[in-house]
Order: sequence, then structure tokens, then C-alpha cells
Amino acid sequence: MASITFHVNGKSQTVDVDPDTPLLWVLRDTLQMTGTKFGCGIAQCGACTVHLDGEPTRSCITPVSAVEGKRVVTIEGLSPDRSHAIQQAWIAEQVPQCGYCQSGQIMTAAALLKRKPKPTDADIDEAMAGNICRCGTYPRIRRAIHRAAGQLSAPAKHKTAASAGGVR
Amino acid sequence: MSTLVAPSKLSRRGFLKTASASGAALMIGFYWPGFAAAENKEEQTPNPFNAWVRIDTDGKVTLICPKSEMGQGVLTSLAMILADETEVDWSDVRVEHAETKPEIYDLGTGGSSSVREQYLPLRQAGAAARIMLIQAAAQTWGVDAVTCHAKDGAVIHGARSSRLTYGELVEKASQLPVPDLDNVTLKNPDNFRYVGKSIPHVDIPSKVDGSAQFGIDVRVPGMLHAVVARCPTFGGTAKSFDATKAKAVPGVRDVIEIPAVGTGCHSAGGVAVVADTTWAAISGRSALQIEWDNGPNAGETSDSLREQMKSLTAKPAKPVRTVGDADAALAHAYKTIEAEYELPFLAHATMEPMNCVADVRADGAEVWSPTQSPQWNQSVVAQAIGLKPESVIVHTTLMGGGFGRRAQTDFAVEAAQVSKAIGKPVQVLWTREDDMQHDFYRPAFHHRLSAALDSAGGVEAWRHRVSSVSINALWRPQADPSDSEIGGCATYLPYQTKNFQLEYALALSGVPRAWWRSVENSSSGFVVESFLDELAAAAKTDPLEFRLRLLGTERRKVGKPAKKGGEDWLLDTERYKAVLQLAAEKGGWGKPAPAGRARGIAAWYSFDTYAAHVAEVSVARDGKVRVHRVTSAVDCGRAINPDGVKAQLESAVIFALSAVLLSEITIANGGVEQSNFNDYQVLRMPDTPEIDIHIVPSTARPTGMGEPGVPPLAPAVTNAIFTLTRKRIRRLPIRASDLA
Repeated sequence: MASITFHVNGKSQTVDVDPDTPLLWVLRDTLQMTGTKFGCGIAQCGACTVHLDGEPTRSCITPVSAVEGKRVVTIEGLSPDRSHAIQQAWIAEQVPQCGYCQSGQIMTAAALLKRKPKPTDADIDEAMAGNICRCGTYPRIRRAIHRAAGQLSAPAKHKTAASAGGVR
Repeated sequence: MSTLVAPSKLSRRGFLKTASASGAALMIGFYWPGFAAAENKEEQTPNPFNAWVRIDTDGKVTLICPKSEMGQGVLTSLAMILADETEVDWSDVRVEHAETKPEIYDLGTGGSSSVREQYLPLRQAGAAARIMLIQAAAQTWGVDAVTCHAKDGAVIHGARSSRLTYGELVEKASQLPVPDLDNVTLKNPDNFRYVGKSIPHVDIPSKVDGSAQFGIDVRVPGMLHAVVARCPTFGGTAKSFDATKAKAVPGVRDVIEIPAVGTGCHSAGGVAVVADTTWAAISGRSALQIEWDNGPNAGETSDSLREQMKSLTAKPAKPVRTVGDADAALAHAYKTIEAEYELPFLAHATMEPMNCVADVRADGAEVWSPTQSPQWNQSVVAQAIGLKPESVIVHTTLMGGGFGRRAQTDFAVEAAQVSKAIGKPVQVLWTREDDMQHDFYRPAFHHRLSAALDSAGGVEAWRHRVSSVSINALWRPQADPSDSEIGGCATYLPYQTKNFQLEYALALSGVPRAWWRSVENSSSGFVVESFLDELAAAAKTDPLEFRLRLLGTERRKVGKPAKKGGEDWLLDTERYKAVLQLAAEKGGWGKPAPAGRARGIAAWYSFDTYAAHVAEVSVARDGKVRVHRVTSAVDCGRAINPDGVKAQLESAVIFALSAVLLSEITIANGGVEQSNFNDYQVLRMPDTPEIDIHIVPSTARPTGMGEPGVPPLAPAVTNAIFTLTRKRIRRLPIRASDLA
């Protein structure tokens, strides 16, 4: 066991755990932050993606010892009120179905936009290829990223729920 | 809280009304036809209802619902139907998952049935509530109820400009008799405010900020974490194990053996490692030393199963449906075509691996289960830990994907077994490897088809032999599959043929299998719509034209006679043709494809819905297939939430495309060779086609949407590959070596 200190969503956290424990399980079991999801444990699916010093990182294979002193941002810390452009676009395009992979998709997409504010389709393919969605929300993820980037030039091919005049 | 008023003698179709002592809510119970796997316990159940509409004094309308949300949007679509029929504002309706309780039964989600089978019962319950509230207002005002109407959660009397809110009327309404549901006046669909509109899904905001609670996120005070080591060979058991090293891992509390349970519910059993955290449990399991008794299935391989099925279809098998004499017609045919098709086992690979939290005490148990079948969870868990079903409460959580996998009960049984053994609440979590290697797989299939063409290009005979490992056989090892497991619309083919024979041969395997999105249709849709293309090519006819010709010019209703509500539940050949024609028109059928690409077309009818796809495909020099574009047409009757319909169809296309291009479970030494997403590949963003969806406008009753988009996707792709390369794909997934 070892005492490890790092920042999560702007707050300093000290945990006393086996230093080999993947960050994912420290977040979920020790800090009780369950927004970050377990999908594969071998960095194949992207469900566990968090930002580590700003970089999208697979928390399932990142030992907590490697984050000592670093800044971790999880889905819970992306915005206090779902106001991040990616979250807003995700709602507008009605992206999630089961929703389980979406924390990881959103964290990966948010990192992409930070790096490339106006991504092309090829940029999106490259950035998002590591995030699996079994519900098949990929077409909507693509549209939502373009929407968040303010580059939905033509009207969306499929009339979205938002533009169809949601009743709420 | 409302309390149930026990009905003295209520018919299945009747209504139950309940009110609390203080009259705090109007509650109407009704029966909601359930899920095939759930046992019918009508006789022993204290009341016959499994769903309730509750209206509280604040005017909020709640549907307590036996259906689970797994991404299909059921919490939204059902709420929309109820909001319309009760005449309340959308923001005043919500849906809760029903809990299993002694008085609630028949909870379960599957078969694309939630909207298709509940549309009418739900409307009737909503209408009954509205009628009672109107009557309550009319009595208050001393006017005739026909002079009143309901709007926005209130009853209005036009002449007097009077208005009473539902909240104000609840107490009085709850004293009134419940109208007979068969005779309630439903809202005129022309006046629907919500049904037919793309209303944003209610669960989506919680799914963009990490706050949605899935099964894996359940935390109960004092809860420990466990993982289970299961025998890599199906049916094997632990001969002995040494837990010394596992127990030495910091945080590990206990190591216990749990027995396998049953054949029907088939929980594998194994050795559980219980710890303070998930990681400690996983680490402890890695340190565990187990000697397995591999059991009777250790010799099974994919090749041995394939040979078994192939030899079974080489000779006559058990007739499932016969029209005329296909054998004789084939023997004297102008031209015959024969082909074999093969499909592998497939995993569900839901993004959230199986898991469950259980808290078993001496007098009862609570289970928090991401499940499609809470009812079945309840009975199987109760049996496994020696409690009565009514002592087990199952809380249904959100699910990170279902696709049929979460209709099973094994994860709940394990959690209950471990909790009982340690006397504490516990979460049993499956790693991805556990999930991949201990699924209930889409059965493997072998098909052998023969057809005779006449000189005019018509089909004189169609003989289709199917061999598979049956899902039903899980319950009784040599049981034949149910009709619906074999063919779906392959059994009642909409395409005209004078002589028809469908035969089935049961293959034996130790591999667990069960329902996988669209079930048998994922196999028969591919095979039938591919073989039709082969016949079209042999008849030198355009594939669309060939299909339309065989569907005929006269409207026919095809299917098992007298099914459910009569002809309305049979395949309508005109609707089948219409989706083919719409997909063709929108997908550019008959026009030249872009250079290096070709188009294929296919349709299928399943879960009462008609779906057709046109796929635009290219094949690289190395044999890699790329699907550029899929144009889809769907007739699902009245589309409750059109954007939700599109989402389900997009989802079905991508789910099916994984199985066409990438996914395969293979068996060696009686166990699964794949272990994770590195070797069980699924579709990712870069390989996702453009998907263009067209919904046939309809006022017919709404039909299933979770599954029907899956079956016609594979043949649309492989038919396009044939047009492009003249190579016929008869085995999935497509191998680059078949095309290089």
C-alpha cells in the first residue's frame, strides 16, 4: 500500500492503495466516482477515458502510482452543469442509447476539440477509433462533434430531436 | 405511498384501482403482456397486474413499468403514449422501473415487444384514468361528464369556464369505479400531441455527465466486491483449489466456492474471490490456483460442430413446414440451384460487462440487477439461495446494453450465492474476459438450400434445411427448438413458390446459447435473402425485380394462421414490397454506383416490422470490404418517436455490420478462444457507413423496433459484394481471403 496524492476535478485527493491499482478502480471504488466506466481493462474500448494533465488517457491501464501529483479530469468534472459544448451537442444530437460508453466518448471528443477546434471527418475517425459503442451511436457522435465545433455547415441529414421541436 | 387493495375476483383483462388511506393517489393497475421467458404464475399470484398508472396529488403521472431501459428508449416512448392518452403535459409524466414484489409479476423485456404489445393496453389505462378524472370533475360541478374535457393535466367545463387540476381531482377520482378497459374511448390519434414527434429521450441528460446509475454503479453500505473464476470449458467444475496466495493479496477477504445451478438458468459456478475493492478481487483471482475438471464438453471445437451440422443437413431432416412436394419438384426441375450457408456463434459483448449487487439476509434478499428479466431473476435467485420468491426483491437498474444477454440470470445468481456465503452485500463484477468467454451465444447455424426455377424464372420449389444448436435445448438437452427459433419469416416465406419445405436438424453442443438481437432472424434473414439473390442471378433478373415478381401483384397475408389478433399480425406482402421499393428509390437502385462500388438490396420482416436496406460497398485489392453507405426503409406502423426509430435502425445496422465484417466466437477444447475486444472485434467509428433512414408514414399499430433492422443488413452487403466481384459470400463473418 502507498499514499498517493493527485488532483481530481480540481480537488486534491490522497488515497492509500496498492500503487499498481489502475486509476479506474481508484476513481470508482476508492473515491466513489462512478461516471468513469469499466469496459475491457486492456485499453481496447475507451469506456474508461479520463484526462490526465489534459491528455485523453485510458484509466484502466494507468497505475495510480503514475498519476502522483498530476491533474485528472473525469466526466463528473468536465462541467458542473452539462454546459460543455460536447455535452450540449450530445444532448442536441440525442447521441446516447444505453449510454454506458458515453463518458469515455465524451472525454475523448472533448480532448479532440481542445487539440483541433475544427476537426475533419478524418480527424474524428482517428481520435474516436479507440472508443467502442455497441449501440452504434457513431453517426450521431460524428454529428455532435461537428456541432460542438460550430461546423455543422449544412442542415443535419437526419432531423434531430432538438430541431424537430422537442416538446419540453 | 399507496397501498394495494386486493381484488376479490378480477379478470385478467380487468382493472385494479387502489387508493391510499388518505386518498393520496389514483392508481390504476393493468396487465401488460410480458416476456416469453417469464413463467406464467397467474394462478398463484395475489393479483393479476404488473403495471400501474399512478396520478399523485401534485398532478404528476407515473407509469410503473415492467419494461427495462437498455438504450432502446422505452422510458421515453411509453411515457409519450401515456402523456397523450391521459392529457397531461409532457413534463408531468415519468416512468419508473417496477420492482419485483409478491404482488407484481411478469416483468421482462425482449422480442422488441415493449411498444408493439403495450401500445393498446397502455392507452387503455391512460384513457381510464382520464375518464375517471373527468367524471370526478363533472360530479364536483354537478354537470354531465360529456360537457367536460381534459387538457394539460386538468378537466375543463367549457360553458362555465371552470377548471380543476388532476391533482385536485385525484382523491375523488380514486373513489370511482374503473371503467371497463375494452370499452374506454381512446383519444383520436389525429389529436396526438406527443406520439409521432421526436421527443428528446428522458434519460439522455444523465448519460452525458456520468450521473446515470448502471448496475455496475450500485453502491450499498458495507458492500464488498467479488469476481468469480469459472471453468474455461463449458460444464466443467473446480476439482480443487488453493486460495493461500489469493488470500495473501491485500484487501482480499474470502475465497469461496459457488456451485453451478441448473441447466435452464445455467449459472456456471466457480470460485469467488471477495475483497474490499474490485482491483483486490481481480488481483486475488489472478493468484488463485485451481485444478479444473473439464467435464464432458472438453473435446468440442468449432470444426467438430460445423462437421456435425453439415452432415445433418446433407440428408432429410425433420419437416417444420411443408407445402406441395419440394423433393419431387427438385427432381424434375428445369434448373436447380443449391447452396450451403454457415454462421458462427456470436457474443453479445454489451459495453457494461455482466454484474449484479446482492444483499442476502436470513429473512430475505435484495438484488440490484441490470436485467431484462427481473421476474426470472427473482425466481432463480430465490431457488439458488433457498428463499421463497416473495422474499426476494429485484431492483432493475439501467443497463449498459442488453441485446438479449441480460435476459439471463447467471450474474444475479452468482451475486446472491456469494452474498449468502459471506453474509454481506456484495457486487459480483465480470471482467471483459469473463463476459466474452461465458456468454450465452447466438447459436451457430448451418443451412442447405435447394431451389428449382421454372422456365419463366419463377420458383417451382424451395427446400431449406437448417441445423443449429437450439436455444430451447438449454432447458432440455435434446429439445427441439421452437418454431420461432428456426426461421421467422423463412418459415412462412413471402416469396411465392409452388412447393416449399423447411426442415430442421438439432445439433448437440455444450456451448451455452440464447437470444441475440433479432434471434433466428439474424441467421435466416441473411440466408434467405442471399439465396434469393442467387436465384435472381440464375434467372438473369435484377434482384429487386426478381423479389417484386415473387411477392406478386396481389396483396397476401402470410404467416401462421390465427396468430394473436388475426390478420393484422401477419406479414402483408404489399408492405414488404413497399419497403423494398422505398429503400431502392432512396438508395439509388438502378442508377450507376460510384466507381469501384456496387449496391445490394435485401428486406426482412421480423417483430411485425418491415425493414429493407440498400448497401453500397467496395472491396479493396486485399479483400477488405468497406460499406460506404446504407439506405434503409422501415415500416413499423405508427412511429411513436421517429428519432428513436432512426436511432434503433442506425444501431441495428452497426450491430449487424460488426457480425458481417468482424465478429466470430470460435470454440476449442470446449471453451471460447476469444477473450476481449482485441480478438472479438466490433465495428468502430472509421468503418461506420453513412446511414440514411426513411420511415414509411403509417397509422397502423406500432410494431417492434429494437431488432428488425438487423436481419436484412448482412445480405444487403453480401449481395452488393456479389454484384461487384461475382463472388458469393456464404459464410460470416466475411474473410478477406474469400475476396482477395
